[in-house]
This record gives sequence, structure tokens and C-alpha cells, in this order.
Amino acid sequence: MREPLSFELSRPGWPGPRLPEAGVREAPAEHALPAHLRRRRTPDLPRISEPELMRHYSRLASLNYSISENFYPLGSCTMKYNPVANEAAAQLPGFAYLHPYQDQATAQGALELMHLLEAALCTVAGVDRVTLQPAAGAHGEWTALRMIQAYHQARGERRDQVLVPDSAHGTNPASAALCGFQVVEVRSGADGRISVADLESKLNQRVAALMLTNPNTLGLFEREILEVAEMVHATGAKLYYDGANLNALMGICRPGDMGFDAVHMNLHKTFTTPHGGGGPGAGPVGVKSDLEPFLPKPTIERRNGHYELDEERPQSIGRVRSFYGNFGMLVRAYTYILAMGGDGLAQASEDAVLAANYLRSRLQGVLDLPHDGPCMHEFVASARNLAEHGVKALDVAKGLLERGYYAPTIYFPLIVPEAVMVEPTETESKATLDAFADTVKEVADLARTDPQRLHAEPVSLPVGRLDEVAAARRPVLRWNAASESPTEAP
Amino acid sequence: MLEALGAGSMDELLVDVPASLRLRRLDLAPGLSELETMARVRELAARNRVFDDRLTFRGGGVYRRFVPAAVGAVLSKPEFYTAYTPYQPEASQGTLQAIFEFQTLIAQLTGLDVANASLYDGATAVAEAAMMAVVHTGRPEVVVAPYLHPEYLEVLRCYAEGRGFQVRIGTDPGNDSAALVFQSPDFLGLIADGSQVTELAHAAGALAIACVDPISLALLAAPGEYGADIAVGEGQQLGLAPSYGGPHVGFIACRQELVRRLPGRLVGEAHDGQGRRGYVLTLTAREQHIRREKATSNICTNHSLCALAASVYLTYMGPDGLRQVADVSYRRAHALADELSQLPEIELLHPDRPFFNEFPVRMKNVLHRLRALEAEGILGGLPVARWYPELEDVAVFCCTELNDPDALAQLVAALRKTV
Repeated sequence: MREPLSFELSRPGWPGPRLPEAGVREAPAEHALPAHLRRRRTPDLPRISEPELMRHYSRLASLNYSISENFYPLGSCTMKYNPVANEAAAQLPGFAYLHPYQDQATAQGALELMHLLEAALCTVAGVDRVTLQPAAGAHGEWTALRMIQAYHQARGERRDQVLVPDSAHGTNPASAALCGFQVVEVRSGADGRISVADLESKLNQRVAALMLTNPNTLGLFEREILEVAEMVHATGAKLYYDGANLNALMGICRPGDMGFDAVHMNLHKTFTTPHGGGGPGAGPVGVKSDLEPFLPKPTIERRNGHYELDEERPQSIGRVRSFYGNFGMLVRAYTYILAMGGDGLAQASEDAVLAANYLRSRLQGVLDLPHDGPCMHEFVASARNLAEHGVKALDVAKGLLERGYYAPTIYFPLIVPEAVMVEPTETESKATLDAFADTVKEVADLARTDPQRLHAEPVSLPVGRLDEVAAARRPVLRWNAASESPTEAP
Repeated sequence: MLEALGAGSMDELLVDVPASLRLRRLDLAPGLSELETMARVRELAARNRVFDDRLTFRGGGVYRRFVPAAVGAVLSKPEFYTAYTPYQPEASQGTLQAIFEFQTLIAQLTGLDVANASLYDGATAVAEAAMMAVVHTGRPEVVVAPYLHPEYLEVLRCYAEGRGFQVRIGTDPGNDSAALVFQSPDFLGLIADGSQVTELAHAAGALAIACVDPISLALLAAPGEYGADIAVGEGQQLGLAPSYGGPHVGFIACRQELVRRLPGRLVGEAHDGQGRRGYVLTLTAREQHIRREKATSNICTNHSLCALAASVYLTYMGPDGLRQVADVSYRRAHALADELSQLPEIELLHPDRPFFNEFPVRMKNVLHRLRALEAEGILGGLPVARWYPELEDVAVFCCTELNDPDALAQLVAALRKTV
């Protein structure tokens, strides 16, 4: 089922939608746009009618798998249900049509919402202040590292290294590099947790921060976190929390209490704002008070019963994006927090941990489970037990797609061969998890009985396995017009 | 499930969490029903003042524009908004093809060879483009022409300080300059001569980075037409609500030679074993999940759903619709400028400089007058002295297709009363 590109649906001569005329007196000739500033060629945008457009996008939508349709066991991505009330809240005209450069006195509701969200996130993470500005998790990581960098500089220290565990998300080293830090890898021990001995050998006066997620990407709680925090702080370095896995912890324990100095949170994971096929998300960063002076501008302050954007922050790292953050996502997250309350959020995390442990137990003997449980909100299995049949994690993933599921995260974390990373979230019922576990077993059985069939899957999806190597060798990144037509200027 | 696990309580699953860290309770208010939640949220929304579309004359990077109902209808499809980044292409062809179309639309609009799957916003797009230039040329500074959006400049400086390159205001790139960044129309609404600026950059061996308004490109010379190397911009005007500043969408396009330096996601065409066409995330060897600290950027996701809005908007409009939107905005802004310049105590700041749909006006007691307009339900121009002390008493007024002729007359009459 091949859906043409919008450009291929284009019909020459289609006049475009009806729009108003200018309806104003013709401006004087001196206002005419000089010829050398005018566009010479009309951009070759598609010309299609509204009904054709709606059908095109409806058909495209039908080619997508989504959490609204079924279980999405993608590890490290926290694919939980996105409550539809969140969407209704963000679309309220009082939020959606608010201009960022309105007088603050006319935007008190928006500022109050951000202030309340900041307070709630401080409580969940155990930090003193939160900036809501970062647009995504990776953006939050970078923002936090910029603050840590500024903190050390303000103390007259030149620290040029950031420690990152070998199990970390790829964004961690990339964010550190973007801040000009040298990245030093810390090894994991045999139990899947950070090697304290290796950490000790790499900590010194050059280290600005250790980036850590807890539970780590194997879904395991770093039991020695308090010792790790003490070691890091003893050298004057800061401890940074990658909040990708915060969904395991709400109401159970708090990164701030563990000793983390800066914490980013993914509102699109833990706080149910939708993923949008790859954004927009939001990656607020919480900090302890000694990093507060370095928060991006502006912060939101309550003064004399009014909310204000505070731009007068001399030690601030500056702005990390335009305006005040992905406000529409902040509205959604705050709506979720209001509806859930403290008890509800705690229940969500407990249920997420329970679901992961249950599913993990159901996959015992089906896939390899290289680390001992219990796990937190996710776990990493390995398909290496199927290697003798020539079957890889990729084949397991495609077999699951064929049977109506999205695939778990595969080949991550890098320290587990043939990794299959599963995060069920609190959204899923026992029945859903059972059905999924049965399907994984069906795929694993097929790997033994008929691996060739598995290699050929998926066969019933809109396309089969695509040749990504050929696509990267000779990249075709746009549709190409056969010709472009000349235009006149106004 | 606990029973099936043979666990007596949740505590048995949480044994790895040190007891000293365990919380007794999460100290937030109890949860609310949907009815109560929405009432509370509505109450907050009601404490914001929203000005009528037609009577909003403020831009400064975020604009009120007509958004076809088709955009909302497509964006509210859960198959789009509740999907993840398209890691499994066979189950994500909808998102992948939509992004491929977005890349093509942006390439067409900017007149450049390739565009990526989108970035967070216009400000970070400028910063990412500057970093591309620094890596590409190996030079230590980026020169920025005056009146780049002041927040974009602040963001660029924040990235530059981290990465370790200099940012200098000027139009005189030299041997140390990686790029000359310019915005057109700039923050005051004035149009730059793209060919001239690009020549300045190239004469110094620097890249020319144009920050552009996508609607204006229906009328104004495209970066690709005047030889710019990278074009970036903010796509909010293409079907997205102001939403107090976000989420919006940044775009970046460049010449073919620079494609492997692009940050973020790229979607490419691919084929399956039966020769069927499909789309995949491609050239991922630039990206953080493969390259880690050697990646071109740390960006992981893009603003996919916002890019989808832009695609639906541009597809709905087509070349003629977009041209009409640009043309109406242009004509009305020029008619308004003409009317305003005839009012006493009001003058155009740059009567000889060409502009698109925003223009700076000098008027005495500008803040007082703007407040008087607000009392009449009009959101007037943007006062800019907070960024540019030399522009005291200057406000930048903006017109789009939403400001109908009656609205213009209403604004002029209201301003006349403030004289």
C-alpha cells in the first residue's frame, strides 16, 4: 500500500484555497519591493485540494503505530498513555493564543501555571529550583552541564572532563561534548551497576560532573548511589541526573535526596505529554540551591502576589531557547499532575515497577536475562540465546512488529549484546502484558523452528525491511521537482 | 501481578533502594477528577488576556496567522501525536513520509538542496547553524549582523560560550570568521540585501547563514537564490498557535556539501526487498546514539508534530495560497505604515528601508500609547527599547492577513486619540 507523496498528488492549475484580498489602498510606488530583493522562482509546493489533503494525511496516519492503538514496549522511552484532557487543556484559547511578548500583567495565569509546575517538579525530584525552558531531554542535559560549567568557572576552577558510564544514553556524551567537555567513560561492573572502583580511578580535580541515571539504563537501581555521591562531591565535582528513568521513582525516592545536584526531567516521558512522532517534548532541569544563580533567564518569581519573569540574573548562563519553554507541553504536564496528585503519581511509579517485574518474570526462559532482578521500571533482556539459530535482536523486533506490537528498544544499552530493552509502564494491564509475553514466546519459538520465516518478517506491514545501508550510501533526502516555474513580483 | 511474582508487597521489589532514601509520601495535593482538573486549569487560562486576532499588531518572532482547520484536524490524529520517534520504519511510515515531505517543502521554500527533520525553534536553529560553520571552517568566531532577534542572539551566545567560540556583532567577517549570520526581515522588520551580505561572507571565506521568515519567502528572494550556504528560521507562522512562545519549530536547510554536518534527524528514501518505496531515518552516523561524543549535535528528537503542522499548512496553501498570504500581509503593512506616518508625533524610523510585514515606528510616550491601545482591545506594536536602548520610543508594528482593513482603521483611530 504505497501512499504517494503530496508532491506527486499535486495537480497543475489547482488555484489554492480562497483567501481574502488585501482590501487596502494601493501603497505608494516608493513602497514597491525592489526587484533585486524579490524571489525569482515560485517554490514548488504541492497544489492539492482540501479533501485530497485530508485523505492523504489520514492514509499516512494509518501507516503509523501509536500508543493510542496498542502497547508500545519501547525501553527508556516511557510510552504511557497520553490523557486526552491534557490536549483539551493546552488548546484552551487563554493558553493557545497568548503572545509571549504581552505585558506580564495580562499573562498572570500562564506565569502562575509555570510557577506551580516548577513547585510540583521540585517536590517530585527533591530539588530547590527548576527551569522549564529546555525543549527536550537532551536540551535539558546540555542546559544542566552549562550551569555546572558556569558554577566551576565562577569558583575559578577549570574542570574540563565529564564522566559518563558506558551504559549511558548517547545524548549524555554528546551533550557534554557540546559544552566543550572531554568525555571519560566509567565502566559498569558485572552486576550491571557502575563500578565504584573504576569511578574512583577516574575522579580527580579535572572532573566537572558525573552524569548518571538511576535506575540505570538496565533498569537497575544504583544501590551504592549514596557512596557514589559522596565520592563525587569530595572531589568538588557535581552529580547530574539523567531523568529519562524518573518514571520509576515518583513517591518512592528522589534524585535530590540521593545527592544529585542537577536533574533533568522529560515531561514527555514521566508526565504524559505526547511524543508527537519525535517531539515536541520538554526537558525541565531542577537544581540544588548552589546552582540556582546559574539558571537560564528568565526565572519566574512571585512578588507581592504577582508573578514576574526575572531577567536580572547576573550569573545566569543566559538563554537556552527563545521565550519561556515549550509552554503548551507545560500546560499538559501540569494538568496531568493536578489529576494524579501526589498519591496518584506514587501509584503510577509503583505500578510501572510492578509491570516491569511481572513482564520480566514472564520472559524468563524465553530470552536471556543477563542481570538478576528485581528491576525497576524497565529491564534489558538479550536475544543472544537465539544466536545459535541465526536470529538476532533485530529479527525479534521485526517479528513483534509483524504480530501487531511495536518493538522494544534494541541494541541499547551498548554493554548488553543483542539487547532487547522493555519498559511496559503503568498503563498496561496484566492481560496486555500476558498477551505480549505470549507473543515474544511465539517469536522465540519461531526462531528455533523456522528462522528463515522470521528473517523475512514483517510481511504484512506497509513495507518490509528497508535497505538502510543503501539509503545511507546514496541519500535521497527530498522529492525532486522536474521543473520549476517562473513567477512575477508584486 | 504481585502474587504471580510471589512477592508479599511492593517493598520486596524495591529492595535495592536504600531505606534512608525511601519517601513516606509524595507531598503534593491529592488527585482531582477530570471535571475538577479542567475547572482549575480553565481558571488559570481565564487569568490570561487574549487579544482579538484582528486587533493584534504585535509580532517579534511570534505571529497570529490564519490556521486552516485542516491543520488541527491532522494534528489531533492520535496516530501522529502519540507515536514515538520512528525507530522502527515498517511501523512508522506515516511519520517518516510526513517528515520527508517537510524536508522537501523547506528545501523548496529556502531554495536550498536539503533540510533536516526540524529543530526546537528559530533560536536554537541559529545556534546549530553557527556550530556547523565553526566545525566546517575550523574558524573561531561567528559574526552576527545587527538586529538578529535578540533572544536568538542570547541563545547563540549561550551555545558559543559552552562550545568555546566567539560571537561578534558586525557585518565585517575576516579570516577568523566561520560565518556571517543575518536575519531578513530582521527583528525590526527590515529586509537585508541577501546577495550583498552573502558576498561579504564569501569574500572572507566564511559561510553565509540566513535567518528567514518562511511566509516572506513567497515574495522575497530565497537564500538559495542569492547563494547563502545555510538557511534557518522559525516555523511558528506555518500553522502553529502562539502558545506563549512554544512549542514551535525551527528549520534548517543547507547546500548539499554540508549535509553530513547537519544536526538532528534526517529522513531518506529507501526500498524493501520487493522494491517498494519507503522512508527511514538515515545518515545516523552523524547522530548521538551512534557517535556519542563525536556527534554533530546532541539533539535527539526534533519537533516532529510541529513540523507536521507546517507541512499541512504549506500543502493546504500551495504556492498560490502562500503567495496570497504574503502579499496581503505586505500590502496591509505598507498601507498601515503609510497611515501611521501621517499621524502627528509619529514617524517611520526607516522610511527608506524596504520591509515585509513589520516596521519600526517612533512615537513619543510609546508605552503610554500602547497601554491606551490595550484599553481599547488592541495589542499594539512591540516596544523594543528593552533590547535596544538607542531605540527608545520605538515600537515595531506587524500586519498579517488577519488584520482586516477595518482593524487597521480602528488602530489608526485609536492612536490618533492618544496624540
